[in-house]
Amino acid sequence: MSKKRRSLVRAAFSAITLVMTMLLLSGCGNYMVLNPKGPIAAQQLDLIIITVILCAIIIVPVLVITFVIVWRYRATNKKADYKPEWAHSNLLETIWWGIPIVIVIVLAIVTVRYTHELEPSKAIASEKDEVTIQVVSLNWKWLFIYPEEGIATVNTITIPEDRPVRFELTADSPMNSFWIPELGGQIYAMSGMSMALHLQADEPGTYFGTAANFTGEHFENMTFDVNATSDAEYDQWIEKAKQSPETLTDESYEELSKPSEKEEPMLYSSVPDGIYERIVTKYMHDGAELHQHGSASADETNGSTSAEATNANSEEASSSHNGH
Amino acid sequence: MLEKIKEFASEFFVTGDPLIYGADVSIVLATLGIVFVLTYFKKWGWLWKDWLTTVDHKKIGIMYILAAIVMLFRGGVDAVMMRTQLAFPDLNFLEADHYNQIFTTHGVVMIFFMAMPFMFGLFNIVVPLQIGARDVAFPFLNSLSFWLFAAGAMLFNLSFVIGGSPDAGWLSYPPLSGTQFNPGVGQNFYIWGIQISGIGSLASGINFIVTILKMRAPGMTMMKMPMFTWSVFAASTTIIFAFPILTITMLLLFMDRFFGAHFFTLDGGGNPMMYINLIWMWGHPEVYIVVLPAFGVFSETVATFARKRLFGYASMVFAMVIISIISFFTWAHHFFTMGSGANVNAFFAVTTMIIAIPTGVKIFNWLFTMYKGRITFPTPMMWTIAFIPAFVVGGMTGVMLSVAPADFQFHNSYFLIAHFHQVLIGGVVFGYFAGLYYWWPKMFGFKLNEYLGKWAFWLWNIGFYICFMPQYLVGLDGMTRRISVFSDPDWQGLNIASTIGAYIMGLAFVFQVAQIVYSMFRKEMDTTGDIWDARTLEFSIASPAPEYNFAVIPQVHSRDEWWEEKERRARGEKPWDLGKIEPIHMPKNSAIGPIMGAFWFIAGFGLVFHWLWMAIPGFIGIFACMYARSFSAHKAEYYIPVEEVERTEAKLRGSV
Repeated sequence: MSKKRRSLVRAAFSAITLVMTMLLLSGCGNYMVLNPKGPIAAQQLDLIIITVILCAIIIVPVLVITFVIVWRYRATNKKADYKPEWAHSNLLETIWWGIPIVIVIVLAIVTVRYTHELEPSKAIASEKDEVTIQVVSLNWKWLFIYPEEGIATVNTITIPEDRPVRFELTADSPMNSFWIPELGGQIYAMSGMSMALHLQADEPGTYFGTAANFTGEHFENMTFDVNATSDAEYDQWIEKAKQSPETLTDESYEELSKPSEKEEPMLYSSVPDGIYERIVTKYMHDGAELHQHGSASADETNGSTSAEATNANSEEASSSHNGH
Repeated sequence: MLEKIKEFASEFFVTGDPLIYGADVSIVLATLGIVFVLTYFKKWGWLWKDWLTTVDHKKIGIMYILAAIVMLFRGGVDAVMMRTQLAFPDLNFLEADHYNQIFTTHGVVMIFFMAMPFMFGLFNIVVPLQIGARDVAFPFLNSLSFWLFAAGAMLFNLSFVIGGSPDAGWLSYPPLSGTQFNPGVGQNFYIWGIQISGIGSLASGINFIVTILKMRAPGMTMMKMPMFTWSVFAASTTIIFAFPILTITMLLLFMDRFFGAHFFTLDGGGNPMMYINLIWMWGHPEVYIVVLPAFGVFSETVATFARKRLFGYASMVFAMVIISIISFFTWAHHFFTMGSGANVNAFFAVTTMIIAIPTGVKIFNWLFTMYKGRITFPTPMMWTIAFIPAFVVGGMTGVMLSVAPADFQFHNSYFLIAHFHQVLIGGVVFGYFAGLYYWWPKMFGFKLNEYLGKWAFWLWNIGFYICFMPQYLVGLDGMTRRISVFSDPDWQGLNIASTIGAYIMGLAFVFQVAQIVYSMFRKEMDTTGDIWDARTLEFSIASPAPEYNFAVIPQVHSRDEWWEEKERRARGEKPWDLGKIEPIHMPKNSAIGPIMGAFWFIAGFGLVFHWLWMAIPGFIGIFACMYARSFSAHKAEYYIPVEEVERTEAKLRGSV
């Protein structure tokens, strides 16, 4: 390698290293996924760390070996061995089939366990009562219904800290995904069915919530704040919501569900009974057309399948959890 | 009347955006320029006879690669525009709907109209030469495949200025891609652009399987095939199982949009989740389809430039076959968050991890090919070496994504974006570049300038890391894909870094174009046909190869037959006994390929706008072409007489 070229290589390497270091130093402390604020996100982070360590067992040596081999066996290094016919070794090949297999087995066992443990439809074990929030993805805002409290909000959630929250999700718009990175992973919100996601905040704070699956033109405006508060503050907030002049009715829902570019957070003091269920089953009772095709019974089957599927998952998840 | 025309034109042409007007003007100017040059230099006949109607695999390969480079430019401009919009918070360089169109076309163009033709280009140029054949098994079908690709690509790219581009993401999930949420014609362009070129891809897959199975030189058993040919075989097999799924999925989506069927809409008993499953049953094998040939390229370059046999040949073959099989059993890892339940997720998580094993083995085998070798570093080898760290890190993040419960935190975020760009650029693009630089002298008879090539290499690599490493982090910080504006100031630093990286890669591309142009005028000729002192049969013949490739088909004894032959000659042993030259049976050019492509374009365009008066004649034309071909196939071949072959060979040897 000529001197000039070598200095070019060195400059490139140091540039890359510098950028990497800067990126890493620019606050490992700040990234949401790496700073969990709830038990689900914390376990997911554990899993991420386990994966990185297991992968590092292979990739760090590979990166080192790559560098060493390329450097040592460069053609200009006349001291190095040259064995042009050497192209097979049972021992070596067994080693590098073997090591990844062992690592993947370990990782697979860990993953299968965690997959059951962290199944999103599974309730979080807690002495305290669960809060239920029903989530509807609309173009382009989120509607949150608190069925137990009889209130609803747009683009903002308040939850009590340290209490499990059960999100039930659907969409009255293209398929979306509901994600609060500091509390835990996302789940899709799809029309015609109800999904379940259990999360919990361990400490008070305001967390970032976002839509993650593209739903069209102003998808970027579907972010929301999640305020985790003490129980007392939560009750106060419910009271405040109940004072709101806005009420959610079937008519105002109709209006709300029309596409709009951006909505400011909003509170509704009342909610019609069963509106969430009506949104979910909207397509099943869409009436005349379906019946004409003689598929009424098929519809009912569809409806119950998705509901049952969710239940089945959670039961299965908890039973296999007990098994471990 | 005038009003009506005005109204039609404002619907038909994309209006209102200065960027698009600029593009309109440059498209018109470029077209006029090309027409002028062709007319002025009286090149129309040459273009038609030597190129458009050719069935020569080498020329078809060159046309594929030329198209791929043009599409790399287009997809790259899309990328740079997206990165410009995301450089700063709350920027308004692109409107939301324009941004949405651009990320959609970026993905579609890069996969369907850049990676696929680049790949088929390499298949075409290399495979027949590498296995000692005179062409592919079905030369006319090969030309047709190219023209179907060209018709699909033109149709898709037209949406940019006529009718409006699709904007539902590169895989266009319904219901977003259905008529309810997407009434415009953009989505129709998507369906027909992909459908037409997809049929071409399927035909190519069949063509290369038959070529490899039936047309190898005598003595070349399957386990003596060069590794690139093996990778083509694995990729083509994957194509013939995966692409029919794509064709059907697109057909169903078309029926939903055109006839109001309800395969993927809820109000009628359909289900969008079915589409998501189907599209990924094709989509996941697709990523292995494009990456396997890149693995093949690396296997060739690493052995050539380490001047050593490929390590662990049998393992390499086995690994590739395993990868192409398992690639069909991992599709659900693209939607762990769709609520399939723990058991389904666990199954697909484990199958995904399993793919990492054979892939890792391949990396070790490449490394140990270099171990105790004598490595030189011309550009093809530099791309090969740069691939290893890029792919190893990309592979690691892939394993991280495969862990289903953790994927709930990565899915749809920039972490995912960074991962697949790292494997697709670091694996596929680096691989195809390595292949292009490696076989360029074989294609054109001259070498690409190394100095400019190294600039391009370093800029690409530096830009690549600066662009995508920050995206992992911003993904961990909750930034999701496909947002046209971000407001969070915490994401600012990472996004601007990423944009700078994208611009550096853009600059690298400019260097590559400069490299090609410079090398065309300052040719470093490849006079021996074996400029790299390589190992496989394609380097035993002149560069560029004569029309018939091999005057006499060599008898193969070993894996690195050409290397062994050189060794034998060096030892003073008897060279290949090539035998006598005989008349060579060759396929004739055919105009039916481009004409049928044109009819497909007309039919597709008609269906995009729901103009049956245009679509029906288009389909009639397609069937007429099939009919014409069926009854003229026997006339489509001829013999090159012995004297002509001898003359050509003497001339080639004279210049050697």
